[in-house]
Amino acid sequence: MEILQNIVFVFFVLLTVISAGVVVFHKRIIYSAFALLFTFFGVAALYVYLAADFLAASQVLIYVGGILTLIIFGVFLTAKITTLEIPDETHQRYIALIPVALLGVGLFWMIFSAPWDSTLRSVEPTTKPLGKLLLTEYLVPFEVASMLLLAALIGAMRLARFYKKEEV
Amino acid sequence: MNNLTTYLAISAALFLLGVLAMMTRKSAVSVLMGVELVLNAGGLNFVAFSRFGNGSLNGQAAALFIMIIAAAEAAVALAIFLNLYRLKASAEVDKADTLQW
Repeated sequence: MEILQNIVFVFFVLLTVISAGVVVFHKRIIYSAFALLFTFFGVAALYVYLAADFLAASQVLIYVGGILTLIIFGVFLTAKITTLEIPDETHQRYIALIPVALLGVGLFWMIFSAPWDSTLRSVEPTTKPLGKLLLTEYLVPFEVASMLLLAALIGAMRLARFYKKEEV
Repeated sequence: MNNLTTYLAISAALFLLGVLAMMTRKSAVSVLMGVELVLNAGGLNFVAFSRFGNGSLNGQAAALFIMIIAAAEAAVALAIFLNLYRLKASAEVDKADTLQW
Protein backbone atom coordinates (compact mmCIF):
# COMPACT_ATOMS: atom_id res chain seq x y z
CA MET A 1 0.00 0.00 0.00
CA GLU A 2 2.85 2.35 0.90
CA ILE A 3 4.55 1.52 -2.39
CA LEU A 4 1.36 2.20 -4.38
CA GLN A 5 0.95 5.59 -2.68
CA ASN A 6 4.53 6.47 -3.52
CA ILE A 7 4.06 5.44 -7.16
CA VAL A 8 0.98 7.66 -7.50
CA PHE A 9 2.80 10.56 -5.84
CA VAL A 10 5.82 10.19 -8.16
CA PHE A 11 3.43 10.05 -11.12
CA PHE A 12 1.88 13.40 -10.19
CA VAL A 13 5.28 14.98 -9.55
CA LEU A 14 6.56 13.83 -12.95
CA LEU A 15 3.31 14.97 -14.62
CA THR A 16 3.72 18.45 -13.15
CA VAL A 17 7.42 18.93 -13.92
CA ILE A 18 7.50 17.28 -17.37
CA SER A 19 4.43 19.11 -18.65
CA ALA A 20 5.93 22.37 -17.33
CA GLY A 21 8.99 21.52 -19.41
CA VAL A 22 6.77 21.05 -22.47
CA VAL A 23 5.20 24.46 -21.76
CA VAL A 24 8.64 26.06 -21.85
CA PHE A 25 10.25 24.23 -24.77
CA HIS A 26 7.57 23.19 -27.26
CA LYS A 27 7.77 24.93 -30.62
CA ARG A 28 4.01 25.16 -31.15
CA ILE A 29 2.28 27.50 -28.77
CA ILE A 30 -1.05 25.64 -28.68
CA TYR A 31 0.76 22.50 -27.45
CA SER A 32 2.32 24.65 -24.73
CA ALA A 33 -1.14 25.85 -23.71
CA PHE A 34 -2.48 22.31 -23.45
CA ALA A 35 0.61 21.15 -21.54
CA LEU A 36 -0.13 23.95 -19.06
CA LEU A 37 -3.47 22.16 -18.41
CA PHE A 38 -1.59 19.11 -17.13
CA THR A 39 0.72 21.28 -15.01
CA PHE A 40 -2.29 22.89 -13.33
CA PHE A 41 -3.90 19.49 -12.72
CA GLY A 42 -0.61 18.17 -11.29
CA VAL A 43 -0.36 21.12 -8.90
CA ALA A 44 -3.99 20.52 -7.87
CA ALA A 45 -3.10 16.89 -7.10
CA LEU A 46 -0.12 18.06 -5.02
CA TYR A 47 -2.52 20.36 -3.11
CA VAL A 48 -4.58 17.24 -2.32
CA TYR A 49 -1.43 15.54 -1.01
CA LEU A 50 -0.84 18.66 1.13
CA ALA A 51 -4.36 18.31 2.66
CA ALA A 52 -5.61 21.54 1.06
CA ASP A 53 -8.96 20.34 -0.29
CA PHE A 54 -10.56 23.74 -0.91
CA LEU A 55 -7.46 25.04 -2.67
CA ALA A 56 -7.27 21.96 -4.90
CA ALA A 57 -10.87 22.53 -6.03
CA SER A 58 -10.31 26.24 -6.62
CA GLN A 59 -7.07 25.49 -8.48
CA VAL A 60 -9.03 23.38 -10.98
CA LEU A 61 -11.90 25.91 -11.17
CA ILE A 62 -9.88 29.11 -11.47
CA TYR A 63 -6.76 28.03 -13.33
CA VAL A 64 -8.22 25.42 -15.68
CA GLY A 65 -11.69 26.93 -16.02
CA GLY A 66 -10.66 30.58 -16.13
CA ILE A 67 -7.04 31.36 -16.80
CA LEU A 68 -6.29 28.56 -19.25
CA THR A 69 -9.42 29.38 -21.28
CA LEU A 70 -8.26 33.01 -21.42
CA ILE A 71 -4.79 31.94 -22.53
CA ILE A 72 -6.14 29.73 -25.32
CA PHE A 73 -8.39 32.58 -26.48
CA GLY A 74 -5.29 34.78 -26.38
CA VAL A 75 -3.36 32.33 -28.54
CA PHE A 76 -6.09 32.26 -31.17
CA LEU A 77 -6.78 36.02 -31.15
CA THR A 78 -3.15 37.06 -31.52
CA ALA A 79 -2.12 34.89 -34.47
CA LYS A 80 -3.03 34.60 -38.11
CA ILE A 81 -4.62 31.18 -38.05
CA THR A 82 -3.94 29.10 -41.12
CA THR A 83 -3.34 25.73 -39.47
CA LEU A 84 -3.33 24.55 -35.89
CA GLU A 85 0.47 24.85 -35.88
CA ILE A 86 1.05 28.34 -34.55
CA PRO A 87 4.82 28.48 -34.11
CA ASP A 88 6.63 30.29 -31.34
CA GLU A 89 10.39 30.16 -31.44
CA THR A 90 12.55 30.42 -28.40
CA HIS A 91 15.46 32.80 -28.64
CA GLN A 92 18.58 33.45 -26.53
CA ARG A 93 18.15 29.97 -25.12
CA TYR A 94 21.77 29.34 -24.22
CA ILE A 95 22.37 32.80 -22.76
CA ALA A 96 19.22 32.49 -20.64
CA LEU A 97 20.35 29.10 -19.33
CA ILE A 98 23.29 30.70 -17.47
CA PRO A 99 21.36 32.90 -14.98
CA VAL A 100 18.64 30.24 -14.61
CA ALA A 101 21.26 27.58 -13.82
CA LEU A 102 22.94 29.87 -11.27
CA LEU A 103 19.56 30.59 -9.65
CA GLY A 104 18.75 26.86 -9.66
CA VAL A 105 22.04 25.88 -8.02
CA GLY A 106 21.44 28.47 -5.30
CA LEU A 107 17.81 27.44 -4.72
CA PHE A 108 18.45 23.68 -4.63
CA TRP A 109 21.53 24.11 -2.43
CA MET A 110 19.40 26.11 0.02
CA ILE A 111 16.48 23.63 -0.09
CA PHE A 112 18.59 20.52 0.48
CA SER A 113 20.90 21.98 3.11
CA ALA A 114 18.44 23.79 5.40
CA PRO A 115 17.07 21.87 8.42
CA TRP A 116 13.33 22.14 7.66
CA ASP A 117 10.70 21.39 10.30
CA SER A 118 8.89 18.37 8.81
CA THR A 119 6.29 17.67 11.50
CA LEU A 120 2.91 17.02 9.88
CA ARG A 121 -0.21 18.94 10.82
CA SER A 122 -3.28 16.77 11.38
CA VAL A 123 -5.52 16.39 8.31
CA GLU A 124 -8.83 18.23 8.67
CA PRO A 125 -11.32 19.80 6.25
CA THR A 126 -10.02 23.27 5.46
CA THR A 127 -13.02 25.00 3.89
CA LYS A 128 -14.71 26.17 7.09
CA PRO A 129 -11.57 27.43 8.92
CA LEU A 130 -10.33 29.06 5.70
CA GLY A 131 -13.64 30.90 5.31
CA LYS A 132 -13.50 32.06 8.92
CA LEU A 133 -9.91 33.21 8.42
CA LEU A 134 -10.85 35.20 5.29
CA LEU A 135 -13.71 37.00 7.02
CA THR A 136 -11.87 37.78 10.26
CA GLU A 137 -8.09 38.08 10.09
CA TYR A 138 -7.82 38.62 6.32
CA LEU A 139 -10.95 40.78 5.91
CA VAL A 140 -9.14 43.85 4.56
CA PRO A 141 -7.02 41.94 1.97
CA PHE A 142 -10.20 40.03 1.00
CA GLU A 143 -12.12 43.26 0.28
CA VAL A 144 -9.11 44.77 -1.50
CA ALA A 145 -8.93 41.63 -3.66
CA SER A 146 -12.58 42.02 -4.63
CA MET A 147 -11.92 45.65 -5.60
CA LEU A 148 -8.86 44.50 -7.58
CA LEU A 149 -10.95 41.96 -9.49
CA LEU A 150 -13.61 44.58 -10.27
CA ALA A 151 -10.96 47.06 -11.45
CA ALA A 152 -9.28 44.37 -13.58
CA LEU A 153 -12.65 43.43 -15.13
CA ILE A 154 -13.53 47.00 -16.09
CA GLY A 155 -9.98 47.85 -17.15
CA ALA A 156 -9.66 44.77 -19.35
CA MET A 157 -12.96 45.58 -21.10
CA ARG A 158 -11.86 49.19 -21.66
CA LEU A 159 -8.47 48.06 -23.02
CA ALA A 160 -9.74 45.27 -25.26
CA ARG A 161 -12.37 47.38 -27.03
CA PHE A 162 -11.25 48.93 -30.29
CA TYR A 163 -11.86 52.68 -30.31
CA LYS A 164 -11.77 54.85 -33.41
CA LYS A 165 -9.37 57.80 -33.22
CA GLU A 166 -11.99 60.52 -32.55
CA GLU A 167 -13.81 58.41 -29.97
CA VAL A 168 -10.89 58.44 -27.51
CA MET B 1 9.15 10.96 0.13
CA ASN B 2 6.24 13.01 1.45
CA ASN B 3 8.25 15.66 3.26
CA LEU B 4 8.79 19.39 2.92
CA THR B 5 12.02 19.11 0.89
CA THR B 6 10.23 17.24 -1.94
CA TYR B 7 7.57 19.93 -2.32
CA LEU B 8 10.14 22.73 -2.15
CA ALA B 9 12.18 21.01 -4.88
CA ILE B 10 9.11 20.64 -7.16
CA SER B 11 8.21 24.27 -6.54
CA ALA B 12 11.78 25.40 -7.30
CA ALA B 13 11.73 23.40 -10.56
CA LEU B 14 8.42 25.02 -11.60
CA PHE B 15 9.81 28.45 -10.71
CA LEU B 16 12.99 27.94 -12.77
CA LEU B 17 11.03 26.67 -15.79
CA GLY B 18 8.73 29.70 -15.54
CA VAL B 19 11.69 32.09 -15.43
CA LEU B 20 13.20 30.30 -18.43
CA ALA B 21 9.92 30.67 -20.35
CA MET B 22 9.79 34.39 -19.54
CA MET B 23 13.38 34.87 -20.75
CA THR B 24 13.37 32.79 -23.93
CA ARG B 25 9.87 32.95 -25.41
CA LYS B 26 9.04 35.40 -28.18
CA SER B 27 5.23 35.37 -28.08
CA ALA B 28 3.69 37.43 -25.30
CA VAL B 29 1.14 34.70 -24.55
CA SER B 30 3.97 32.22 -23.88
CA VAL B 31 5.59 34.75 -21.55
CA LEU B 32 2.25 34.92 -19.70
CA MET B 33 2.33 31.11 -19.39
CA GLY B 34 5.77 31.46 -17.78
CA VAL B 35 4.33 33.97 -15.30
CA GLU B 36 1.54 31.50 -14.45
CA LEU B 37 4.14 28.78 -13.78
CA VAL B 38 6.00 31.11 -11.41
CA LEU B 39 2.76 32.02 -9.57
CA ASN B 40 1.89 28.32 -9.25
CA ALA B 41 5.32 27.64 -7.80
CA GLY B 42 4.77 30.39 -5.23
CA GLY B 43 1.35 29.01 -4.28
CA LEU B 44 2.73 25.48 -3.91
CA ASN B 45 5.45 26.81 -1.61
CA PHE B 46 2.90 28.59 0.61
CA VAL B 47 0.66 25.51 0.87
CA ALA B 48 3.64 23.24 1.61
CA PHE B 49 4.81 25.49 4.44
CA SER B 50 1.28 25.56 5.85
CA ARG B 51 1.08 21.72 5.81
CA PHE B 52 4.33 21.20 7.70
CA GLY B 53 5.06 23.04 10.92
CA ASN B 54 2.74 24.56 13.50
CA GLY B 55 -0.47 23.90 11.55
CA SER B 56 -1.90 27.32 10.77
CA LEU B 57 -3.91 28.00 7.63
CA ASN B 58 -2.23 31.34 6.86
CA GLY B 59 -0.24 29.79 4.01
CA GLN B 60 -3.39 28.50 2.32
CA ALA B 61 -5.00 31.96 2.58
CA ALA B 62 -1.90 33.43 0.90
CA ALA B 63 -2.15 30.84 -1.89
CA LEU B 64 -5.80 31.83 -2.40
CA PHE B 65 -4.79 35.49 -2.81
CA ILE B 66 -2.12 34.42 -5.32
CA MET B 67 -4.87 32.78 -7.39
CA ILE B 68 -6.96 35.98 -7.30
CA ILE B 69 -3.97 38.06 -8.45
CA ALA B 70 -3.22 35.54 -11.23
CA ALA B 71 -6.79 35.77 -12.56
CA ALA B 72 -6.79 39.57 -12.59
CA GLU B 73 -3.34 39.68 -14.18
CA ALA B 74 -4.28 37.21 -16.95
CA ALA B 75 -7.37 39.24 -17.92
CA VAL B 76 -5.52 42.57 -18.12
CA ALA B 77 -2.49 41.05 -19.86
CA LEU B 78 -4.62 39.51 -22.60
CA ALA B 79 -6.38 42.83 -23.22
CA ILE B 80 -2.95 44.43 -23.63
CA PHE B 81 -1.84 41.66 -26.01
CA LEU B 82 -4.93 42.22 -28.18
CA ASN B 83 -4.01 45.90 -28.49
CA LEU B 84 -0.39 44.99 -29.28
CA TYR B 85 -1.60 42.61 -32.00
CA ARG B 86 -3.78 45.32 -33.50
CA LEU B 87 -0.94 47.84 -33.59
CA LYS B 88 1.95 45.62 -34.68
CA ALA B 89 0.18 42.68 -36.39
CA SER B 90 1.94 40.26 -34.06
CA ALA B 91 2.01 39.69 -30.31
CA GLU B 92 5.77 39.23 -29.94
CA VAL B 93 7.37 40.96 -27.00
CA ASP B 94 10.23 42.26 -29.19
CA LYS B 95 7.75 44.27 -31.24
CA ALA B 96 6.51 46.26 -28.24
CA ASP B 97 9.17 48.95 -28.63
CA THR B 98 7.11 52.14 -28.93
CA LEU B 99 5.75 54.18 -26.03
CA GLN B 100 3.40 56.30 -28.12
CA TRP B 101 1.87 56.17 -31.58
